[in-house]
Amino acid sequence: MWRITPASLPHADQEVRSVVAIRVTVDGTHYDDDVEPRMLLVHYLRERLGKVGTVVGCDTSNCGACTVHLDGHSVKSCAVLAVQADGREVATIEGLARDGQLHPMQQAFHDNHALQCGFCTPGMIMQAIDLLADNPDPDERAVREGLEGNLCRCTGYQNIVRAVLDAAQRMSPGAGPDMERAEDRHAAPVAGGGGE
Amino acid sequence: MTATVDSPGLEIGKARRRKEDARLITGRTRWTDNLQLPGMLHMAILRSTSAHAKITHLDTTAARQLPGVLAVLTGADLAGEQGSLPCAWPITPDMKAPPRPSIAVDTVRFAGEAVAVVVARSAYAAADAVEAIDIDYQDLPAVLDLEAALAGGSPLVHPDLGTNRNALWVFDSGEAGTGGDVQQAIDGSEVVLRRRFRQQRLIPAFMEPRSVVVDPTGDQMIVWSATQIPHILRVMLALTLNVPEHKIRVIAPDVGGGFGGKLQLTPEEVLTFLVARRLGKPVKYTESRSDSLVSAHHGRDQIQDITISANRDGTVTGLKVDLLADMGAYLGLVTPGVPILGAFMFNAIYKFPAYRFACTNVFTNKTITDAYRGAGRPEATFAIERIMDELAVELGMDPMQLRRKNWITHEEFPFTTVCGLTYDSGNYEAATHRAMELFGYDALRMEQQQRRERGDAVQLGIGISTYTEMCGLAPSRVLGSLSYGAGGWEHAAIRMLPTGKVEVVTGSSPHGQGHETAWSQIIADRLGVPFEDIEVIHGDTQVSHKGMDTYGSRSLTVGAIAALKAADKVIEKARPIAAHMLECGVDDLEWEAGRFTVRGTSNAKTIAEVALAVFAAHDLPDGVEPNLDSEATYDPENFSFPHGTHLCAAEVDTETGGVRLRSYVAVDDVGVVVNPLIVDGQVHGGLAQGIAQALYEEAVHDESGTLVTGTLADYLVPSAADLPPFTLDRTESPSTSNPLGVKGVGEAGTIASTPAVVNAVIDAVRHLGVRDIEMPCTPRRVWQAINQGGSQ
Repeated sequence: MWRITPASLPHADQEVRSVVAIRVTVDGTHYDDDVEPRMLLVHYLRERLGKVGTVVGCDTSNCGACTVHLDGHSVKSCAVLAVQADGREVATIEGLARDGQLHPMQQAFHDNHALQCGFCTPGMIMQAIDLLADNPDPDERAVREGLEGNLCRCTGYQNIVRAVLDAAQRMSPGAGPDMERAEDRHAAPVAGGGGE
Repeated sequence: MTATVDSPGLEIGKARRRKEDARLITGRTRWTDNLQLPGMLHMAILRSTSAHAKITHLDTTAARQLPGVLAVLTGADLAGEQGSLPCAWPITPDMKAPPRPSIAVDTVRFAGEAVAVVVARSAYAAADAVEAIDIDYQDLPAVLDLEAALAGGSPLVHPDLGTNRNALWVFDSGEAGTGGDVQQAIDGSEVVLRRRFRQQRLIPAFMEPRSVVVDPTGDQMIVWSATQIPHILRVMLALTLNVPEHKIRVIAPDVGGGFGGKLQLTPEEVLTFLVARRLGKPVKYTESRSDSLVSAHHGRDQIQDITISANRDGTVTGLKVDLLADMGAYLGLVTPGVPILGAFMFNAIYKFPAYRFACTNVFTNKTITDAYRGAGRPEATFAIERIMDELAVELGMDPMQLRRKNWITHEEFPFTTVCGLTYDSGNYEAATHRAMELFGYDALRMEQQQRRERGDAVQLGIGISTYTEMCGLAPSRVLGSLSYGAGGWEHAAIRMLPTGKVEVVTGSSPHGQGHETAWSQIIADRLGVPFEDIEVIHGDTQVSHKGMDTYGSRSLTVGAIAALKAADKVIEKARPIAAHMLECGVDDLEWEAGRFTVRGTSNAKTIAEVALAVFAAHDLPDGVEPNLDSEATYDPENFSFPHGTHLCAAEVDTETGGVRLRSYVAVDDVGVVVNPLIVDGQVHGGLAQGIAQALYEEAVHDESGTLVTGTLADYLVPSAADLPPFTLDRTESPSTSNPLGVKGVGEAGTIASTPAVVNAVIDAVRHLGVRDIEMPCTPRRVWQAINQGGSQ
């Protein structure tokens, strides 16, 4: 399946390193590229395609900041090689909003103040969409456990959990690659200071 | 204090969704690591694997020959230009401040210290070349234990200093004239209790790894950095490297969290700067998480010996605090001052008549410590709230009753404490009443009793924390009296655009706090313009030329007040122009809701109309410049003192030592609330970090000084599954320290929650003979405490 072609790197006359040709669909666009076999998917997305919405937060697959969808299922793109995405479809945070309309999960994160610094947010949103695809009507505990692989240092998760439960309400069952669009719901005001 | 509380306007208090979110939820964020400049090179760092050693051999030949490698530089190459990283807080005149290199020249003093840098055309090539560097060390004995470090004959982190003691800093209320002599107080008391607590070493673990890009263009250097402190960074880079300040522009784009961990001039920033300057090319360094955990500064790490005295009726009579604080191998920007920020908080909300604080700062062969969310105040709050529980047990009192007996009552504000600080406002009774109501305190106490009587395997504990803290760093004169190297003011500017839109330039530098939203709300009210018509600009020294940045819960209480004062100047500049337009005297004008109205008429001009008239400048009063833009620099008169009551119910499985938080109630009083969504969010996140200290996180070094919690697989930042839902509410005692009545909320949750949780865990198993459990209260430690029937 992999088409291996030796290629000289510019400015490295003596070095010959294998690269592999891959064909990947990312956020609906087809790309043909030559990559080093060791290149991580997240680096391919960020450095070759400029998809810098997906970020790197750790080097042990613990934080989940780099979470994307591969053929409709969430993966940590720091734990997938670019060559493993050959012939497959990748969806990132940058492909969620369509026609200027946010995905209901993005809208729920905004409405529920489910982000502060926002660094974990792309991965968190991608994981949350996957979670609802598996379990469209989770309870609070199921949401917490479903997000266990995604770390946030700002929110204490309270509003993230709230946002995911809110999104579950807004979305029809079966959110995934062909997610339903939420009704354009006017965000309910949040009373100041009330009990949680 | 002459400040009064202004009446709340339309925007202040509203749960506005954040302006910042639009780019963050769509992946259009401007992280430093996203930058790709033409010709940009990538830097990687080889770090010491030894905690204390001589570098005996360093060969970069093989690394230099790898493809795509432009340079490999060692400490020897950079020694002449790297200067010494700054410490801005010489806490005593005789404090020992060793030089701090960005890259080790011949000796390494902690595992993780930079020893060589590689510059290559890609990050992968740079990482490959780091692997190809050949280095040998001759190990020296490592100093790892705080007490052993001070013993005679200990190896020395810096032999030139002749000691591992950095400084001794003392506050004594008897000597200061702010209270009595603590030894007399203790000697004359009926009950004296001593406890030793350990504040384990923590890692801030902001989610965005640090990243820096330096672009040299001629002699102008543009520095992008994931920093909390672009303005301080610019000054410190200039001073450290002897580069003219006006040739440096620092930009902090979107920054992914900091928690104090990005309050630093880092070796990585200096090295990237030096390498970019040397090669004349833009260079990027982005750390890996493993790099970050070992090299970005750590926090906490104190041994606290606390003595409290009281009378049998529960009245506290004295408090004595002796600290050992770990600096690590060098001093960072405010390293030695962190424990001092806690010095004024051990007495907390209680009316101690006598108090003494002494802190010995100690060097060890570990990563430096410095500010981490709360910086000194969580440590102090933990110690006092823990020992108040112990005192209650000793006296046979309910722990809340003991607190009530000793706290400052709401009629007593403003209250000058035994440290000489004046607490602005508060109502501990109201916050506590509300918290106990939400928590169901009496019912839980009853259930606890039943479980104890039944001998259930799972026992229930209740933990209390009635905390206060100081926000709004800081009145410059106070910082001066503490020998801090800078002021505590903040700067802001308002620019009125011809179309009536407004730009607010703030010297604060947000990294998740939501300034763009909150400042918009505040200025919308002040200038009477729509929330949507305001843009908040920050984090670029060329645009926001002056500032003291964001830390210490100072942004709202200092930074936003500067913006408010700049807005007031805009209004005053507009007033004579509006009078001219309306053909009346300035005294005939009333300013309300964004318009000048001629008193008693409906003739009015909005601030937008005045802004347009100023833009045209065809017909202005004589001598009036065509400009409404205004700046203000605000230096606070006092700190603000948020407070609150946090209650935690913890279930402890006595068979496994496992702890489950069943409920957590936080009632906080942070003064006037600008945006309740943001305030609640700050509390949530703060609680998570405080709970993490209580139960999960610890930076652990092995006997050789290697950090063994060097990845996120080992350093246990809690996930959603590890934390309970929180129940929040607020009381509101407006601050008298500033005209908005705001107090700050960034650190409150972290400061309050750690003792609440540990008190709850111990309360659950106290009847089994447990008096203390060291943090983090892991199942192993809890189980051992139960089974050994004593302190762990």
